[in-house]
Amino acid sequence: MAITPPSERIWWKEPIAKIELYWIIIAFTWGLIMFFMMIYWHGAGEQNLSNEAYKIKPERFAEHTQDMIDAYTVRNESGFPVVHPPAGEDIYLTGRLYNWWPILELEKDQSYRLHLSSTDVQHGFSLQPVNINVQVHPGYDLVFTIRPDRAGEYGIVCNEFCGVGHHLMVGKIYVVE
Amino acid sequence: MSNSTEFRTCPTTGLKVDLAAEKLIKVNAVAAVVFLAIGGLFGLLVALTRWPEVHLLPADFFYLALTAHGLDVLLVWIIFFEMAVLYFASAVLLGSRLAAPKFAWAGFVLMLVGALITNVVVLQGGSSVMFTSYVPLKAEPGFYLGIILFAVGALIGCFVFFATLVVARQERTYQGSIPLVTFGAMTAAIIAVFTIASGAIILIPTLLWSLGYVSNIDPILYKTIWWAMGHSSQQINVAAHVSIWYAIAAMTFGAKPLSEKVSRMAFLMYILFLQLASAHHMLVEPGFSSEWKIFNTSYAMYLAVLGSMIHGMTVPGSIEVAQRSRGLTKGMFEWLRKAPWGNPAFAGMFMSLVFFGFIGGISGVVMGTEQINLIMHNTLYVPGHFHGTVVAGTTLAFMAITYYLVPLIFRRELKFMAVAKLQPYVFGIGVAGISVFMMGAGTLGVSRRHWDMQFADAVLPFDYPSAAFLMMGLNGMSAILAALGGIMFVVVVVGSVFFGRKLEKDEKPSYPEVPPQSAVVAQHGSSESLKIPGTTMLVAIFFIAFVLYYFVNWKYLSEIWPLS
Repeated sequence: MAITPPSERIWWKEPIAKIELYWIIIAFTWGLIMFFMMIYWHGAGEQNLSNEAYKIKPERFAEHTQDMIDAYTVRNESGFPVVHPPAGEDIYLTGRLYNWWPILELEKDQSYRLHLSSTDVQHGFSLQPVNINVQVHPGYDLVFTIRPDRAGEYGIVCNEFCGVGHHLMVGKIYVVE
Repeated sequence: MSNSTEFRTCPTTGLKVDLAAEKLIKVNAVAAVVFLAIGGLFGLLVALTRWPEVHLLPADFFYLALTAHGLDVLLVWIIFFEMAVLYFASAVLLGSRLAAPKFAWAGFVLMLVGALITNVVVLQGGSSVMFTSYVPLKAEPGFYLGIILFAVGALIGCFVFFATLVVARQERTYQGSIPLVTFGAMTAAIIAVFTIASGAIILIPTLLWSLGYVSNIDPILYKTIWWAMGHSSQQINVAAHVSIWYAIAAMTFGAKPLSEKVSRMAFLMYILFLQLASAHHMLVEPGFSSEWKIFNTSYAMYLAVLGSMIHGMTVPGSIEVAQRSRGLTKGMFEWLRKAPWGNPAFAGMFMSLVFFGFIGGISGVVMGTEQINLIMHNTLYVPGHFHGTVVAGTTLAFMAITYYLVPLIFRRELKFMAVAKLQPYVFGIGVAGISVFMMGAGTLGVSRRHWDMQFADAVLPFDYPSAAFLMMGLNGMSAILAALGGIMFVVVVVGSVFFGRKLEKDEKPSYPEVPPQSAVVAQHGSSESLKIPGTTMLVAIFFIAFVLYYFVNWKYLSEIWPLS
């Protein structure tokens, strides 16, 4: 029994039953398949998070964001500047208590280098309804390239608890033709 | 010292029980159940708030309740119970005296004081930073201090366990190797030492930061090391509840492991690879390479997952062999159909096994895939997954073994047997519902740790799909069912421990029955005679479900915006 010492003293020399051995081989092989699937997707898949990131002072990141806002704001909406940067440009999105700043307007099927950071605590960038979720840290600039492939209006929810107003923190991205 | 130790002999199992160990098992189990009741209540409040039509608590109290819920059930209930398991698996199963019972008591007191301090600080309201307390969110110093004291107490308990293994070996209280269940508990204790060391490395500086002696804690560094504690501590649970599966199989059926070698190797995989799991929480964070993520998130090519998949066959397989040897050989599943489904220890254990594999296990591997994490990180899919592992898996298994501990260790007849028989089903189905519906909501994008999915007061409007609201309603109803199961458990256990009939010295309780002698066919390693067609079928169904669900999620991923 499992609650008593093994009945065979030399238990490590007992043969393993075939059915157990087959299952170990199948399960191990499945593990290898799942392992190589991640590597395969880096070559063949279109959804990979880049590993590009920089340390940055929160004030510096806020400045980059403001420079972009100053250059490319096209209108205002509920107190948020709506920014339409040229395709291919570096774009900045700041998570802060309690909004995503500013609203971005992007063109469909164009690539942008998106910079994400926070100027206070950690936030969670959760783009809906596409359901892309990335963690946002103060002091770190995470950069990856996005290519929106459907036009429409997208919400950005904060999905990392950031304080008592966490559930008020909503942002927006427009994708236009 | 060994001369002064008093023993009794258990009339049901024939085990020699050190009375000092017995008392420590009792106090740790009682403390565990008290915190389960408190933490479970907070959990119900959380679920009722997240049910949009009910929306019970105001925002600040919701975040407070969520912090307390995580602490009390994920940490306090589980680790107190694990201390009881460690003392049981060492002193009782080896028929040895417990080493240094005074230290074990000191550990218990530290854990209790720590748990109380953290609870009081959280209830005061200034520390609603969630269980994970990600910097730079700052809690009161007492929050960190309490957790540190609790962890130190648990560390002492681990060392008492190791010392007891040494004492038992030196005093030759058993022949040959330690039992498989003790081996599994040792796995848990080894992982616990790693876990607690990681916790100390990050929480002590964080305490100093909260006091103002340290100016800055890097959020990425904090998270990486915090999860070396946070995720590894869940692996302690896995090692502990798998040991309990084996223990209940042995105590109910006299089941022998199919192969000692295979089962022990599977436990060894946990020790070698589980601590890499911190990476599961860092897949969409800045500052890590994909090589680092892929190697660590897969436990070095899924070797720890392999361990769990092995246990998934050997535990039901050993039960099947024992049942078949008793003549339940008709068809594929007579052994399972005629299993004692009215015995709450068995019912709880078997549901724990099935839910842990199908719900918690599969979802965990899928979510821990580097790229797939993008469509799940911090959504309700995450708590959906870990309620499948920690509640449907660990908590249900701990509840199941409690039905044996009450008569055998507390020496009381179990009261309210009719309630006890239903309890695992009510709790198990409720928790399975919680897990599945949260995963459903998460797949639809709903955020975890969020007070208002309707965003009523937000400046910019946003709506989740209506199916997500349905999921949250079903989640709330499942939570009520699970809470009912939790109340039934507390009623049975508290009722039996305080008001159950006291057993006379050497009197056998009417429940549980004496485990039957191990069957002849269950000779381990007898590769010729091993016939487990039912288990093979269950494992095949599991494997097909796993493969299909895994690739379905790659399909989901391929539909989101291209990223690079």
